[in-house]
Amino acid sequence: MRSDKESQAPVWLKLAAAGGLAFLHLPILLIFLYAFTTEDKSYVFPPPGLTTQWFAIAWNRPDVREALWLSVKVASIATIIAMVLGTMLAAAVSRSKFFGRETISLLVILPIALPGIITGISLRSAFGLMDIPFSIWTVILGHATFCIVVVYNNAVARFRRVSGSLIEASMDLGADGFQTFRHVILPNISTALLAGGMLAFALSFDEVIVTTFTSGQQQTLPIWMLEELVRPRQRPVTNVVAIAVVIVTLIPILAAFYLTRDGDQVAGQGK
Amino acid sequence: MTIAVKFDAVSRHFGSVRAVDAVDLEIAEGEFFAMLGPSGSGKTTCLRLIAGFEQPTSGHLEIFGDRAEGVPPYRRNVNTVFQDYALFPHLTVLENVAYGLMVKGVERSLRRKSAEDALAMVKLPGYGARKPSQLSGGQRQRVALARALVNKPRVLLLDEPLGALDLKLREQMQEELKILQKSLGITFIFVTHDQGEALSMADRVAVFNDGKIVQAGSPAEVYGKPRTRFVADFVGSSNVLTPDLTEKVSGQRRWSSLRPEQVSLGSSKNNGLLEARMVAAHYLGSTTRIVTEVGGQRIAGVVQTGQSIPEAGAVVQLAFDKSALHYLEDQP
Amino acid sequence: MSAVLNSGNQGVTGRLADRLWRQPPVLLLSLLALPLGWLIIVYIGSLVALLWQSFYSIDEMSGLVVPEFTLKTYGELFTPSNLDIILRTLLMSAAVTVACAILAFPIAYFAARYAKGKWKALFYLGVMMPLWSSYLVKVYAWKLILAKEGIVTWIFAKLHLTFLLDALLSVPVIGGNSLSISYIGTFLVFVYVWIPFMILPVQAALERVPGNLIEASADLGANSSQTFRNVIFPLALPGIVAGSIFTFSLTMGDYIIPQIIGSSRLFIGQAVYAQQGTAGNIPLAAALTVVPVVIMGIYLTVAKRMGAFDAL
Repeated sequence: MRSDKESQAPVWLKLAAAGGLAFLHLPILLIFLYAFTTEDKSYVFPPPGLTTQWFAIAWNRPDVREALWLSVKVASIATIIAMVLGTMLAAAVSRSKFFGRETISLLVILPIALPGIITGISLRSAFGLMDIPFSIWTVILGHATFCIVVVYNNAVARFRRVSGSLIEASMDLGADGFQTFRHVILPNISTALLAGGMLAFALSFDEVIVTTFTSGQQQTLPIWMLEELVRPRQRPVTNVVAIAVVIVTLIPILAAFYLTRDGDQVAGQGK
Repeated sequence: MTIAVKFDAVSRHFGSVRAVDAVDLEIAEGEFFAMLGPSGSGKTTCLRLIAGFEQPTSGHLEIFGDRAEGVPPYRRNVNTVFQDYALFPHLTVLENVAYGLMVKGVERSLRRKSAEDALAMVKLPGYGARKPSQLSGGQRQRVALARALVNKPRVLLLDEPLGALDLKLREQMQEELKILQKSLGITFIFVTHDQGEALSMADRVAVFNDGKIVQAGSPAEVYGKPRTRFVADFVGSSNVLTPDLTEKVSGQRRWSSLRPEQVSLGSSKNNGLLEARMVAAHYLGSTTRIVTEVGGQRIAGVVQTGQSIPEAGAVVQLAFDKSALHYLEDQP
Repeated sequence: MSAVLNSGNQGVTGRLADRLWRQPPVLLLSLLALPLGWLIIVYIGSLVALLWQSFYSIDEMSGLVVPEFTLKTYGELFTPSNLDIILRTLLMSAAVTVACAILAFPIAYFAARYAKGKWKALFYLGVMMPLWSSYLVKVYAWKLILAKEGIVTWIFAKLHLTFLLDALLSVPVIGGNSLSISYIGTFLVFVYVWIPFMILPVQAALERVPGNLIEASADLGANSSQTFRNVIFPLALPGIVAGSIFTFSLTMGDYIIPQIIGSSRLFIGQAVYAQQGTAGNIPLAAALTVVPVVIMGIYLTVAKRMGAFDAL
């Protein structure tokens, strides 16, 4: 029957797809391997020996700790700003028609649609023009801007799914706007907000391009890694840090995926 | 007789669209009132005006004598059963029903009890712990009803409440709603596009078209004595006779309507007779609906099943009582 | 207080709630003010500042920016070395886009047409995870892989194909001393990093092709390659174009990958970074940045006409 033939993919396609997927994942797995190597002066393969010593060494290096702490601070503050502003914007755009709504939807996409280097150099030139010195706040300013987009995307997708009649029903039963927000709207968008927040955190934690333009002496973890890539010191330590970054960014993303799985996709796919 | 809801030349415009066009209406307390009409006729907008989700562009709306313009829905002692039921998905059935009491600050055990009583009233006792997603359409509708009634509103609004239900369930609910309304004694106002539903449930019906009320009256009036061609056609799908045809039958050159059940195949006894050509016959069970054609127009009639029916194309005599002919106003 | 209309909550929140209900524009404005203000002032503002500065120029002697309107800086874009940079970047972007389209298609096709149920979710996750994995870590991983002593060399050696690798590296222009300092290496890393951006829109576009279209094509007598050429590919094209927006624009603006894996010849991103850094030549950096913006503007307009935005 025709449908039987349809449901089985040709072998070469299966191989190509599986191969492609493996290709996507292997390099990162390789880093895991390299974090255990005993050789710290080169990237020789196969690794001459395996050890776990680098994990402790990495944890004890002060520059690594500082960079990690700064990344956490920046990501947290940027995420909080993004969650408040992104949700407000999403609420306004999804619930009312007003002049300029289409333009705003386009505007919000820009920080993520345009390459990071444009955002970076723009902010840099603005700081220069206004004589603003680099600080943790200039970094946060840059991060929060694209984090707003991520939260907005998630929030807007969910707002659109919250049926308008729920809000009317709530008001019909005696709840004013604030009560309706608290008892009906918030519970229904909470998982989307959480997902957006987590994605924003992961994005900010990993961000390097905009950060190089908006930071002076401040070193976030990705900036630290960039330095190491150009001027490597203890290579396996860099690998350990790389693993840490992968885990710290992957967990929120997976969680966000499961939170928003029913129905809409994880929004904000484009970086 | 207290007037529950009064529309005084109420209009609601959306730009150039006149959703509601200078409507005058009075609904008495304790009435089961139906707003009937096709989609876009303004009936739902009128309902929303009473609920408070829309504001009139002009005219006055009074609820139990008080001006309602500018009063938000959450300040009106009016509750709505929505077309899609609008049950809160994140709350249990009991929490849904108790919602109105919760936002008013009613104490927990009291609102629990009231909610459970309301559920019992709609024949869903013990369903409190479930979530709306676990309920069938009919059950959700009852929960929506309970949620509205637990607040003891003076007016209950129902927006096409039975549309999503299958036939059997719909008929059952129609009966239950009627009984409920009589026992509670509060004003029920419901919107529907199903004229059969309106006729069977309501004490009075308002027929809407194009933002205006074309006719308001008891079901018998609206069905038996339609004012215009629109009403005759929309309510019960009457035969509408052109002035030419009417002249042939009664001598008066006016539009008129004739109910199909008053038309049958006759021979001599009736005093109204019309020569027509058979087009088709539709078996409906105990009766058969016949469709004939005369003067370019279709005329439908009803005969008892079993009576012999001529073939399509045959010439027949349509028989009816001349006094059953009802004259319509000139406007469409 | 009437029987039906009650006065409700008279506290501050109550009165505020009433006010907001009565005047929806006030609510809208208060929601929009902060976020829109931020986006416009911070983001659009700095874009404008950048554009503004591109019309300034730098005084060669003092090294200071001269705040006078001039087109001199834009003129500098046309010097041979700058044109070189721009051309190099464009060629690489195009090559990467084509390679991504070719490599992503089988994966996207399989995921769209044959993966069902939990396999579909698995595939989705399988593409999303690399997409969201740390960009820098991915680049770093390839530095390890392409290193002279790394795994690629080892594999070629094990397969006794080292001569092949050397032949590849000796190709002029794109070859180099090792994979990690050659255009080939840069190209490979770009393709690796951006492929997920191509897979997702193509998969989305293919998923929108109703299965019965392919059946209909076969029913009307087409063999599978004809069906592919005439039915599947044209319908997948908007997805490919959408994906190409990402691969093209991301490659054009990238300055980290060429820096870590590549020869010392510059791409636009690196040039921008270099100019605004020690050189302090922000006007030139700005002018250079305008190039990819304009190119992407044109690209996006064409893409929109081809319906790519519906595939996003």
